[in-house]
Amino acid sequence: MTSNDFLFGVIPYAVALLALIVTVLRWKMHQFTVSSLSSQLLESRKLYWGSVPFHWGLSIILTFHILALVVPRGFEIWNGSPLRLYLLEITGLALGFWALFGISALIYRRYSEPRIRKVTSKMDIVVLAVVAVQIITGVWIALGYRWGSYWGTAVFVPYMWSLFRFQPNPDLVEALPWVLKTHALAFFVFLGIFPFTRLVHIITLPLQYIGRPWQKVVANRTPSIPDFEPNTTGGDRPPVVVGAQHKSN
Amino acid sequence: MRIRAQMSMLFHLDKCIGCHTCSVACKNLWTDREGAEYMWWNNVETRPGTGYPVGWEDQDHYKGGWRRDKKGRLKLTLHSKGGGIAKAFYNPHLPALEDYYDPFTFKYGDLFTGPASEQQPTAIPISKITGKPIEINSGPNWDDDLGGSDLYANNDPSMEGVTQEVRSQMDELERVVINYLPRICNHCLNPSCVAACPSGAIYKRAEDGVVLVNEDKCRGWRQCVSACPYKKVYYNWTTGKSEKCILCFPRMETGQAPACAHSCVGRIRYMGVLLYDADLIETMASSPEDELLDAHLDMILDPHDPKVIAAAKASGIDDGWIDSAQRSPVYRFVKEWGMALPLHPEYRTGAMMFYIPPLSPIVSTIEDGLVRLDLPSERRDFELLDELDKARMPVQYLANLFSIGDQEPIRKVLKIMLAVRSFKRRQSVDFVETGSIDDSTTKMLSSAGLDEQTAEEIYRLTTLPTIEDRFVFPPYHREVAIEELNDPLSAKGEAGFGYRQSPQRGA
Repeated sequence: MTSNDFLFGVIPYAVALLALIVTVLRWKMHQFTVSSLSSQLLESRKLYWGSVPFHWGLSIILTFHILALVVPRGFEIWNGSPLRLYLLEITGLALGFWALFGISALIYRRYSEPRIRKVTSKMDIVVLAVVAVQIITGVWIALGYRWGSYWGTAVFVPYMWSLFRFQPNPDLVEALPWVLKTHALAFFVFLGIFPFTRLVHIITLPLQYIGRPWQKVVANRTPSIPDFEPNTTGGDRPPVVVGAQHKSN
Repeated sequence: MRIRAQMSMLFHLDKCIGCHTCSVACKNLWTDREGAEYMWWNNVETRPGTGYPVGWEDQDHYKGGWRRDKKGRLKLTLHSKGGGIAKAFYNPHLPALEDYYDPFTFKYGDLFTGPASEQQPTAIPISKITGKPIEINSGPNWDDDLGGSDLYANNDPSMEGVTQEVRSQMDELERVVINYLPRICNHCLNPSCVAACPSGAIYKRAEDGVVLVNEDKCRGWRQCVSACPYKKVYYNWTTGKSEKCILCFPRMETGQAPACAHSCVGRIRYMGVLLYDADLIETMASSPEDELLDAHLDMILDPHDPKVIAAAKASGIDDGWIDSAQRSPVYRFVKEWGMALPLHPEYRTGAMMFYIPPLSPIVSTIEDGLVRLDLPSERRDFELLDELDKARMPVQYLANLFSIGDQEPIRKVLKIMLAVRSFKRRQSVDFVETGSIDDSTTKMLSSAGLDEQTAEEIYRLTTLPTIEDRFVFPPYHREVAIEELNDPLSAKGEAGFGYRQSPQRGA
C-alpha cells in the first residue's frame, strides 16, 4: 500500500467511522458537553467581526461543495457559459476571503482577549488550526488552480463517489497538486476531531425550532393521576409533553 | 378549561429592608461556581435606579418580552423563528458581561505572603475570570441605597412619565426616596425565554409552573438571555449553558420554602399555589394594553368556586393541591384583597410573582432648619389617604413598575395599606379602652373598600404571620412522579440510591 492509498483510501473511512461512533456515544451519554460554547458574553465586538463572516462564509461554501458532490451535472451545465462560470468563481472566492477574514478575526480575538484565552481549550486551538488550513488552502486553490467548480466535477467528484460506493480509488487523486491534497486531508482531520471538539455543535443547528410551538410545557406525571397505572415496562421513560399553549406567530 | 397550578411568590415591598439576605442565601446555594459568579438569580435593586443588569427594563435596547402588533397578534419582540436561527452565530441583543459586572475577588494571599515593608500589605482586586488585576468599576449592588442616586435614579427606564417637577424634587436631598425591589425569575405563564429557545431546552413544568432549563439540551444559543425582559436567564461562560432561578424546586418538593424566601429577614415573602386556565394564556397576553393588567389578574381562578374545583380535578390536579390553593396567602393578597400586582405586566409574559407596592414618607421641606411636612396643618394624623400625591415615592413611578403606567391600581393598593394602618393605630391607641372604633374610622375603611374584619385579616397576614401562614406548600407527591418515570420494582435488589450502571460482573 502506498502512502497515497493509505491517506485517501483508508483514512477517509477511519475518520468517518470514528466521527459517527463517537458523536453518537457523546450524544447519548454526555449530552451536557454538547454546546456551541459561545464566548459572546465575555467579548462581543470582535466576535461580531469574526463569527458572522466565518460561519456564513463557511456555511455557504460548504453547501456548494456538497451540491457539487450531489449534482455535479448541474455545475457542468451552469458553467457552460463563461459568464456564469466567472460569476460562480468570483462569488466563491469572495466567500472564501470573507471566511478567511472571519477566522483571522477569531484567532486574533482568542489571542488578544485575556478573558477569551481563559476559556480557550487546547482542542479549540486545534479546531482553529485545522479550519484555518482548510480556508487557506481553499482560497489558494481558487487563486492558483482556477475554475475549480469546472474541473472539480471531473477530477475530485469521481474520487469522492468512489468512496461513497465503497470502491475507493485513491489513484484518481494521486497526481493532484499537494495543495489540493492538503485541502482534502485537512477535511479528513476535521472529521476525525469533530466528535472530540466543540465542532459537534454543528449537528445541533436547531432547524426544528421553525416547526415547534412557541411554548413548551412538560409534566413529570400524566395529568390523570387518579387513574394512575404503574409503569410495568420498567426503565426510564421520557417526560410527557402535555401540550403547547399557542402556535407560531 | 384546562386548569394548571402555579407556585407563586409574593413580595410585600413595604416590609423589605434591603438586607440582601435572600441574594446571599441564593448565591451560596446555587451560583457560587465558576461561570456563575456574576449571576444573581435573586437580586435586590434600589429603586429608582438602573437595576441589574444595567437598564434591564429598556426593551428598546434589550428586546425582551412580547409585543402586540397592529393586527392584535402576539409577537416575540426578539425575533421570528427563522430570524432566531439566523442569529445563532451572533446574537446582537445579548447583554455584555459589563452590563452585569466583571466578577472579582481579592488576592488575600498577599496579606500573608507579602514581603516585609513599611506599608501594610494590601489585597489587590483580581478578576474572577482571568485572575489578573482589575480596576473594579461595578459590582453587585453597586448602586445600593443612595449610591450615586443622581446618576442611577435619573437613568431609570421606569422614570418615564414622571413629571420633570417631581424628578427635580427627588434630586433634592431631603426629598430623595428609595425603595427596594427584590427580583427572581417570574416563572411566567407565557415565558418568552421558552419561546426564544431554538433548542427547546427551556420548558415550564406542568405541575407547579416552574420554568427550567434542561442543561442537557441547552446548546448555548443565548436567545433566552435576550428574550427574557426581566433578564433572569444567565449564560454560564464555563459550561456554555444557560441557567436560571429554579424556584428551589428541590426544596419545594420536600415542603421547604425556597432559600430566598426562607431566609428573608423582613419576612416579606409569601408563597402559595395559584390556579389558572391555560386556555386563556394567549388571549391574556395579546390583550390591548389598557386591558392587559385586568386580563393578567383575571387569569387566576377562585379555588373555592365549585366549577373551578371540578375543572381542576378533571385536569389532573389532586385534592392536596386544590386545598393548598384555597389556603394560599398569595391568592388572598392578589385576588381576595387586590393588593398585589405583577412586575411590568406590559412585557406580556404573564409574570407570576406578585408585588405589594411600598408606602413612603410624606414629602417634606426644610423651613428655618426644621422639617415641615407638606400637609395641611390642621390634620393631626398622617392621613395620606386623600393625599397620595404627597407620598415621596411618585405614584406614577410605581405605576410604571406594576400597572403599565395606570395610577389607579396603585392608588387603590396604597389606600388599602394606609387604611389598615390608620385603623390599627386608632384601635390600639385612640380606642384602646372601648375596644371598638368610631364611625369616621369605619368610613375611612369603606373608602378603601374594606370592612373591619377584612382590615384585621390583612393586618394579621401582613404583620403577624407564622411561617405556616407565609408558606403554604402543596404535597408534591414526588414518589408518584418518580414511580411514573422509574418503576420501583425495577430497582429491586439494588441498594441506597441505585447505580448508574447495574452492579453486575462485567464481561
